[in-house]
Amino acid sequence: MKLKPFRLSVLGLSLLIPAALGAVVLFLAIYAAPAVSFNGFGFVSRITWDLGNLYGDPVSVRGVQVPPGASYGILVFIVGTLLSSFIAILIAVPLSVGAAIFLAESVPAKIRPILSLLVELVAVVPSVVFGLWGIAVLIPLMAGYIGPGLSHLLGFIPFFAGGDTGSGYGLLTTSIVLALMITPIIATTLLDALMQVPKENRESAFALGATHFEVVSKAMLPMVRTTLIGGIVLALGRALGETMAVLMVSGGAINIMPQNIYSPVSTIASFIVSQLDSAEQDPTNMAVQSLAEIALVLFIITLAVNAGAKLLSSGVLNGRSKH
Amino acid sequence: MAVASINMPHAKRSALEMKRVTLSTIGWVACGLALMLVIGPLLDIVWVIASRGISVFSIGLFTTVTNGTGGGLANAISGTLILSAGALLIAVPIGVGAGIYLSEYGNNKIANTIRFLSDVLTGTPSIVLGYFSYIVFVTGLGWQFSTLAGSITLAILIVPYLARISELALRQVPVSMREAAFALGANDPVVVFKVVLPGALSGVITGVLLALAISVGETAPLIYTAGWSNYMWNGQLTHSPIGYLTYVIWSFINQPSDESHALAFAAAFIVMLVVLCINIGVRLTVRRTKFV
Repeated sequence: MKLKPFRLSVLGLSLLIPAALGAVVLFLAIYAAPAVSFNGFGFVSRITWDLGNLYGDPVSVRGVQVPPGASYGILVFIVGTLLSSFIAILIAVPLSVGAAIFLAESVPAKIRPILSLLVELVAVVPSVVFGLWGIAVLIPLMAGYIGPGLSHLLGFIPFFAGGDTGSGYGLLTTSIVLALMITPIIATTLLDALMQVPKENRESAFALGATHFEVVSKAMLPMVRTTLIGGIVLALGRALGETMAVLMVSGGAINIMPQNIYSPVSTIASFIVSQLDSAEQDPTNMAVQSLAEIALVLFIITLAVNAGAKLLSSGVLNGRSKH
Repeated sequence: MAVASINMPHAKRSALEMKRVTLSTIGWVACGLALMLVIGPLLDIVWVIASRGISVFSIGLFTTVTNGTGGGLANAISGTLILSAGALLIAVPIGVGAGIYLSEYGNNKIANTIRFLSDVLTGTPSIVLGYFSYIVFVTGLGWQFSTLAGSITLAILIVPYLARISELALRQVPVSMREAAFALGANDPVVVFKVVLPGALSGVITGVLLALAISVGETAPLIYTAGWSNYMWNGQLTHSPIGYLTYVIWSFINQPSDESHALAFAAAFIVMLVVLCINIGVRLTVRRTKFV
């Protein structure tokens, strides 16, 4: 076979991408290994994150050196991550489905590009700018009106009842900001799918006497269900890993589970950023290694979710054949 | 609405019909509200940040450096430019090279695997990449918080986007142009560099601009790699932290003084302006030429 230097060199360049991914996983795993053996399975089920006495003499536990009294448990952050993303999805799905339907069916074709451009632009606003807006606009609104209002109106539902609805920094604010950040992902996915529904299907539904809204909700939406679910899962993957906006509006809880939707929370990603300074104080390095283990957990969660989205959007799980 | 126009003008509506028409109207109103709730916050973000950011603009903002609570943004603006330029220097050759491989030789299993793993990298939270760089470059190799560590992290972050967009752009070039060049006796590199790449240049530049927008707006991975500095960059690649705009947004808004808050909004305004201009520009051009 003839040697092809050009082809080999561009292949080499492109192999750097999987190599970078492999390096990320490999080094995080190697670095986290002592933490994994020290923390065991309790890592994901313990509530207490305590760096221990950083000035005390390190003690040896199961062959690794740790500060006395150190305990690394991330259940609070896992719950915070899953809960905030889940509520964000609950808020984002109706919003983005409504927006996509309106854009696809109700907006004149001339202004549709402008409006859909605006929806797409929501997705490119940097996370930290969302966080700044959250602090400047949303938090006063939450603390002054929305929080007390929800508590007053929906107080009979356990999770909504809070005698004190707090400062505005908390689970609900986090979820609202996350929801805003992910709506464009779901909305644009759905919009593309709705625009591709065959004309025959729409027209047959009209011919049966359906109202325009019935055509959309009963004939078109069921056809794009799988794509919609794929978009939702993709958005979930984005929400789970979101860092800066969450860090700025979540209130940052440690060692306490959220009591209601106004409670401060921490997500895995925001916790990693917030812990940098204190973890560096640890002479045994176990705190930094445990943070690497957290990063690995976050990587695995998002990988699983994104793989799910890929399966859904590739149509492997789609029973209907595509034309 | 549709039913009303289809029906006979004088036909009386049954109760069921009325219910369906009412429900449909409610549905449309709800959908319209949803669209407003998606676009409204964006407009409010732009309005709030632009109005509060512009109000503190002055010459001094661009010529002086930050101090603990206020000052200007000269160090942060230049730092963001340096970090992003460094990231592009590393990522563009790799990303475009990968795009060339994937579009010109990309119908095999290796290419599919690369595409899949590149997607996985795209989906990896940026903080995970930042933490990786922290343990490998900052502490492992002992570079400490530094420009190079920050730029490499940003490069890892943007390279999958560059590869994907370059591939799409190169694939738009008609096969007949490649065949014509081959027929003239050109070999692979000549075809790619003299025919395919020039033909896809606007698409590749689109990808570079979008990658620039991403790296200007990133924060989380830089906190763990670039650190922060109140001074202008001293030219050292390692062992010396560097300032950047997004750090100002995040940290100065949490300080008590109004001066700090004003600086945070000014930084946010610059970042938002760059990111939105690039994205609007790219989308308008792409729409007009029906490219990608």
